[in-house]
Amino acid sequence: MIVRFTLNGRDVAIETTADRRVVDLLREDLGLTGAKECCGAGECGACTILVDGESRLSCLLLAAQLEGRDVLTAEGVAAGDRLHVVQQAFVDCGAVQCGFCSPGMVLATLDLLRRNPSPTREEARSALSGNLCRCGNYQKIVDAAVEAARRLNGGAG
Amino acid sequence: MSQSDWRSNRPPAGGVQEIGRVAPRADAAAKVTGAERYAADYYPENYVWAGVKRAGVPHARIMGVDTASARALPGVVAVLTHKDIGGKNRLGIFEKDQPILADGVVRHCGDAVALAVAETKEALTAALAAIRVDCEPLAAVFAPEEALAAGAPIVHEGRGGGNLLLESEICFGKAREALAGCRHAVELTVELGWQEHAFLETQTGVAWQEADGSLTIVASTQTPFRDRLELAEALGLTLDRIRVTAPYLGGGFGGKDGVTVQGFLALAALHSGGRPVKIWYSREESILAGTKRHPATVTYRLGCDADGVFQALDCRLVFDTGAYASLGTEVFALALEHAGGPYRIANVAVHGKIVYTNNPVAGAFRGFGVPQAAAGIEQAVDELARVAGFDPLAMRRKNAVGCGDTTPTGVVIGRPAGLAECLAQVERHPLWRERQTWREGAPPFKRRGVGVAAVYHGMGFGPAVADYANAKLELTAEGRITVCAGVADMGQGNATTCLQIVSHALGQPYGDMELVLPDTARTLPSASSSASRTTFTYGNALIGAAGVLRERILARGALLLSFQLLAPVNAAEVDLLPGRIYHAPSGRSVPLKVIAGFMDAAERTATYSYTCPVNRQAIPTGGNLRLHGYPHRIFSYAVKLARVEVDTLTGEARVCDFLSCVEAGRVLNPQLYEQQLHGGAAQGLGYALFEDFAVSGGEIATGDLATYILPTALDVPDMETVSVAVSEDEGPFGMKGVGEVVIDGVLPAVANAVAEAAGVRVTKGTLTAEKILAALRAGGREATR
Repeated sequence: MIVRFTLNGRDVAIETTADRRVVDLLREDLGLTGAKECCGAGECGACTILVDGESRLSCLLLAAQLEGRDVLTAEGVAAGDRLHVVQQAFVDCGAVQCGFCSPGMVLATLDLLRRNPSPTREEARSALSGNLCRCGNYQKIVDAAVEAARRLNGGAG
Repeated sequence: MSQSDWRSNRPPAGGVQEIGRVAPRADAAAKVTGAERYAADYYPENYVWAGVKRAGVPHARIMGVDTASARALPGVVAVLTHKDIGGKNRLGIFEKDQPILADGVVRHCGDAVALAVAETKEALTAALAAIRVDCEPLAAVFAPEEALAAGAPIVHEGRGGGNLLLESEICFGKAREALAGCRHAVELTVELGWQEHAFLETQTGVAWQEADGSLTIVASTQTPFRDRLELAEALGLTLDRIRVTAPYLGGGFGGKDGVTVQGFLALAALHSGGRPVKIWYSREESILAGTKRHPATVTYRLGCDADGVFQALDCRLVFDTGAYASLGTEVFALALEHAGGPYRIANVAVHGKIVYTNNPVAGAFRGFGVPQAAAGIEQAVDELARVAGFDPLAMRRKNAVGCGDTTPTGVVIGRPAGLAECLAQVERHPLWRERQTWREGAPPFKRRGVGVAAVYHGMGFGPAVADYANAKLELTAEGRITVCAGVADMGQGNATTCLQIVSHALGQPYGDMELVLPDTARTLPSASSSASRTTFTYGNALIGAAGVLRERILARGALLLSFQLLAPVNAAEVDLLPGRIYHAPSGRSVPLKVIAGFMDAAERTATYSYTCPVNRQAIPTGGNLRLHGYPHRIFSYAVKLARVEVDTLTGEARVCDFLSCVEAGRVLNPQLYEQQLHGGAAQGLGYALFEDFAVSGGEIATGDLATYILPTALDVPDMETVSVAVSEDEGPFGMKGVGEVVIDGVLPAVANAVAEAAGVRVTKGTLTAEKILAALRAGGREATR
């Protein structure tokens, strides 16, 4: 079938099978490797993407489920060379170690801040608890989420 | 075929990065945008998938492998067995005991029996299912004591020593007699389970044959140069026919210290009809096949006099290495060296064995044996303090080693040692000082405890194996600086530190520098990213290379100026400034690009070789550990404090506060340093409380991330960190390795806190709610307010 959706702001029509996993569609067919596969079972959050603004696990989604949707991957978050506020906060706060969780963490943070523009640390921890970071860098990731919220609410960068 | 889009990673724009200040991670922007290409992200044109047929049984004789029906399936490119391997088919460091593909015997469930190559993942799955392995089951052993019993099934038949991989003893004084004479003494046995690395990027890579038939391998590896040596021998190839590159790793923690998929990749690429091959383990295969932290049983007897001065230690450590040695003997040696903790104890008997079984393979894991040793000694110290009526922190201070002291295993500390200051800092810290108030503030049905642990960690490979690095820097024709990092960055940020060191040493801005990640064709042979030695060794080599390059730039600059000024110019009068040289007497500057044009390519490349000094002390005992790393010369020190709240209704333990006080020399980059402290503690908390790895009959029961529970953002508290920055003058800018001392001692700090809260000590494996509840029950504290 041909699946049509918006991907990082561009219209996409791609021939695929309805049951192709979205993480494979993105990585293998569309060359977008920002979504990482770490468990293939919805346990780790590394393959997080945003579908119509809400975080979804691309290893549990099938291609047909994207029909008509608006999809954002890590590659589509920055505006050209300019990092998004959330990404810049991750860089500034030292929220990146090995970085394999980072694309998913950034997207999960975007989803959090859309729902809750001023999260407390505890709220950020809870919202990001579906995304594993094996480097154990949670404290700085939470720093980044809270700092991004502050900057988005008008605090100086 | 060429897949040669080898890009250099250009750091973000920025000025000169000074040592001691936060230098932004050079990899962060590329990682948060999804642009960074890890080994997992390589999909070469026209690639095929490779995959492995696993044994699925713990011990068996292979009677035959039928690959015909798999080969006949559509989309199958090749099905390979050990018969297709041209070399020795053995991997390993000291004990070369592990085949790439099994050749006669299966020794654990995850053993690789055959390799399939196919057009698609679906065709690969079908091919692997169609391979028929005819096995005759063999009796198996799953515990060290069984494996050492007379008549036990032998894991490696024909091997001298049977299932005993290594046994050793380190003795000083008269431990048993002294124990008998101690005013206070305790005995404690602690059982420790496996720990899974669970790096998010599972074992992966791609490989292809170049036009001349040589192999290029892109792999998620901590050891590109050693991989090349191992692969050449196992596959019967010469070194010049293999190129290994290591992009940024999606985590390693020791689990990629050596060959994982590289042998399969090389073999598949030699039989894929010239097409590139890709392999990427599923999480389940990663857990099944990968190495783990060694399970161990440690028994401690520790005694002190009436003043709380340690008098005697007698301990036994038994490690299960599983089916293969991997780095087991080195892990074991480090555990024994650290068995007595960072204390002065005159009468010591440390005895240990490491044993083969048909269990999953254990190997290197951040901490490298010290977490198991610390779990024993640090709980014994707390028990002794309790029995003898001493404050546990004060007792540690009383016995702590300092420079000039001798450790329990006979190592004379000849370098600066900041343990006493770490202990003093923790003693002054509010989390310790206000512990009584905090304990008393426990809400209903909760009990609170505060635990500490003191640790040290030897850095580097020890006296027998050269701990070396070869750095390379280039002044490009455009006047930029290329930094060749020969040591893998598995996430700890050492590539950034390489740039920071060179930026500082040459005074050149980040924005004018480029980075080349480890590549056997572009960077120079350097030892692994491991053993808390990565930045220490490579950093020293980089400082040397920077010195060479600086001298050449200034000499050529002086020559150029003398032509311009028509007067002799002394290089000593020329300064190297960002992007240019400056001659103060004349006020003239020359851009580096111009100077680069005045040098030939060889002159623009500076290299420097550095090998770590070692401890040459002749220790009269534990001689067979020397080859495996004993003794060490330089140690980092730390004290961990955990405040734990236990639910008396459920047994659940929650870490409310955690403090890491670390002395690892001077801090080069506070942000990266803190990342290590946070990350090591988080992984240690997982080891202590969550990661209950279960194996039964050689089969793993926690084979995925739904059953093997990793700590999440909700499980790891905000942590306090204190750095005691004593300068280690042999280290680059005074630093020492910090990557492992941060995980050591986390488990006993938590266990000591839980023991205080529950009233009974949990000594078997992970401190799960179930076990803590049983302890509460045993102590009559279940469901108490």
